[in-house]
Amino acid sequence: MSEATALSRPEARSAGHALELRGLSKRYGSFTAVENVSLRVESGEFLTLLGPSGSGKTTILMMIAGFTTPSEGGILLDGQDITGLPPEKRDFGMVFQGYALFPHMSVAENVAFPLRVRAMGKAEREAKVRAALDLVQLDRFAERKPSQLSGGQQQRVALARALVFDPALLLLDEPLSALDKKLRAELQEELKALHRRVGRTFVNVTHDQEEALSLSDHIAILNHGKLVQMGGPTALYEAPRTRFVADFLGKSNFLQGTVRELAPGGMALQAGGTRLVQAAGAGPRPAIGAPALLSLRPEKIALLGESDAAENMVSGEIAAWAYLGAGFSLAVRTADLGEIRVALPAWKAPIAPAEGLPVRLGWSADAAVPVLEDEGAA
Amino acid sequence: MSMSGSAAAPALSAATPAPSLPRFRNAGWWGLILPAFLLMTVFYLAPILQVLLISFTEPRPGLDNYERLFTSMGVQNVIETTLRICIITTAVSLALGYALSYVVALASPRAQRWWLLAVLVPLWISVLVRSFAWVTLLRRQGLVNEGLMGLGVIDEPLRLVWNEFGIVVGMVHYMVPYAVLPILASMREIDPRLLAAARGLGASRFTAFRRVFLPLSAPGLVAAGVLVFIFSLGFYITPAILGGGKTLMAAEWIKLQILDLIRWGLGTMLATVLVVAILVTLAIFSRVVNLKRLFGGGA
Ligand SMILES: Nc1ncnc2c1ncn2[C@@H]1O[C@H](COP(=O)(O)OP(=O)(O)OP(=O)(O)O)[C@@H](O)[C@H]1O
Ligand SMILES: [Mg+2]
Repeated sequence: MSEATALSRPEARSAGHALELRGLSKRYGSFTAVENVSLRVESGEFLTLLGPSGSGKTTILMMIAGFTTPSEGGILLDGQDITGLPPEKRDFGMVFQGYALFPHMSVAENVAFPLRVRAMGKAEREAKVRAALDLVQLDRFAERKPSQLSGGQQQRVALARALVFDPALLLLDEPLSALDKKLRAELQEELKALHRRVGRTFVNVTHDQEEALSLSDHIAILNHGKLVQMGGPTALYEAPRTRFVADFLGKSNFLQGTVRELAPGGMALQAGGTRLVQAAGAGPRPAIGAPALLSLRPEKIALLGESDAAENMVSGEIAAWAYLGAGFSLAVRTADLGEIRVALPAWKAPIAPAEGLPVRLGWSADAAVPVLEDEGAA
Repeated sequence: MSMSGSAAAPALSAATPAPSLPRFRNAGWWGLILPAFLLMTVFYLAPILQVLLISFTEPRPGLDNYERLFTSMGVQNVIETTLRICIITTAVSLALGYALSYVVALASPRAQRWWLLAVLVPLWISVLVRSFAWVTLLRRQGLVNEGLMGLGVIDEPLRLVWNEFGIVVGMVHYMVPYAVLPILASMREIDPRLLAAARGLGASRFTAFRRVFLPLSAPGLVAAGVLVFIFSLGFYITPAILGGGKTLMAAEWIKLQILDLIRWGLGTMLATVLVVAILVTLAIFSRVVNLKRLFGGGA
């Protein structure tokens, strides 16, 4: 149908708007919920704000939406300052945590609400509502009340309602957190496909790192109200800047050592009796003799056989292990590097894990990345 | 009263935990309320039935008393006055109650407690005391008239009491808390995020109120309306004191017929009409709203 195509222009990247936050802060009394956050979302991009509970994600989203007034800083849409604009004037679609569907209205009425308050004519309104419900595959449920829908269906109504009026921006506050794991994965895919189809700028909030990795063009990682690092999913996962980012996005081992040698392409570290070779990271080059911290992902460590060799090798014994279906998770106790977590594919695994089993671990010089200790951490 | 009856029933059935042996369990619970039931029947239902009976038998058997409903100007006047005062009282109480509830519902939790106290305290003061307080405020040399004259707003004292106006003032004052409670209850059930959502979707403050808040608080409004209207139908003390015997409402008229004029038949007839009117009102509104929720049973 024609309206459906109007909502889902394939070339629709241009339908989105660029959002910029400049030095945004929010203080509640003496408590700083958000501190000096600056970031930019390009038109048509999917940005995820990721951070632990209380890191200020919702507060930032509420400031973007206009429900919370920033203590400092500004919000710009396509270069125009919208900091003082009331929420209803911003023209942003928003999906609240828990969806906030109007319980006294049917699905169709819920979706029609933003059009009705814009005084759109009946015929046009109905066509748009139908198109929006088609988009989220809920056309059959138009006459139902929200209470008669499953969680996933409610979530899709909320999406349709937020998209039906061609918003400049779509804001999502933990849109999937109320759903069970399987449904969440399903709707993640749908959300991603939807984003591609409508081509609008999406700003999503979550504390689920998998969701962030799978959905986003860019991820902004927040901690204690501050923006710690922002970048594409791969960049963040492969090159975390700090210990916090490495730890929060995926799992990571942290290896502590002292810099012994520096070469153009890398360095050598001493950790107890073990010598580690490490490719240079993006961060500042450390000085010889300075302490260094490496982040090493569990899946980048290999179990070495008798005759195998790797740039970095350490031996230890299995302290604990768990079978996870697709793989094993091993905790290997080593003398110099403490306990190291290893992810081992279960299919044709070279060993049958057992507690106390001696193993040798190996990884290449570019497997780990140097990271910084967190600010304020001891 | 019927209130406590219907509030108790759902609470009890909700407390019945196991689906096994439902009969036995239910019998147990019913056994518990049997004494109360008997008490109600003997001391409450029986007199009502007797009133009903008298209205058909005094002064002689037949429908004579009820014929007066259509023939007697006096009876019609009383009914008309009663209805008018009740409707005005209900409307004003709902408007004030709604505004008050709105303020309370949007206040901070701390402020809410103080507001609620302020709303409920009048309920603990005798209606007699309150009625006389209004008389002293509203009479010719009362605070209101003196104040207005002192300010030069009026030259002569206004007739604020011993008429319908005075009755309505007194009744509204009594009824507002009863309006606030169900309205506030339904407002508190409204998820504040719904209002934020409405505004985020483009609704102005007022539109969000009209399209989301008002419809969602409507059940409380209807409940409050029924409650206040039914209460006002049987009001006696306030109209008696603030009406000064000039404006007669049903209850006072019944008392007049029975105690002063010893016309039992006529008095009980109107009493019966009153009871029937209340039951009919309840029946109509039970179709509109869930009465259990209205009287606090709730899901
Ligand atoms: N109205 C408020 N008054 C005082 N403090 C507040 C207020 N709103 C939020 N905060 C505080 O600001 C901090 C950030 O809150 P926010 O809701 O943004 O966290 P979040 O990242 O969304 O967390 P979650 O994942 O748990 O939703 C929290 O410590 C919170 O207690
Ligand atoms: Mg939040």
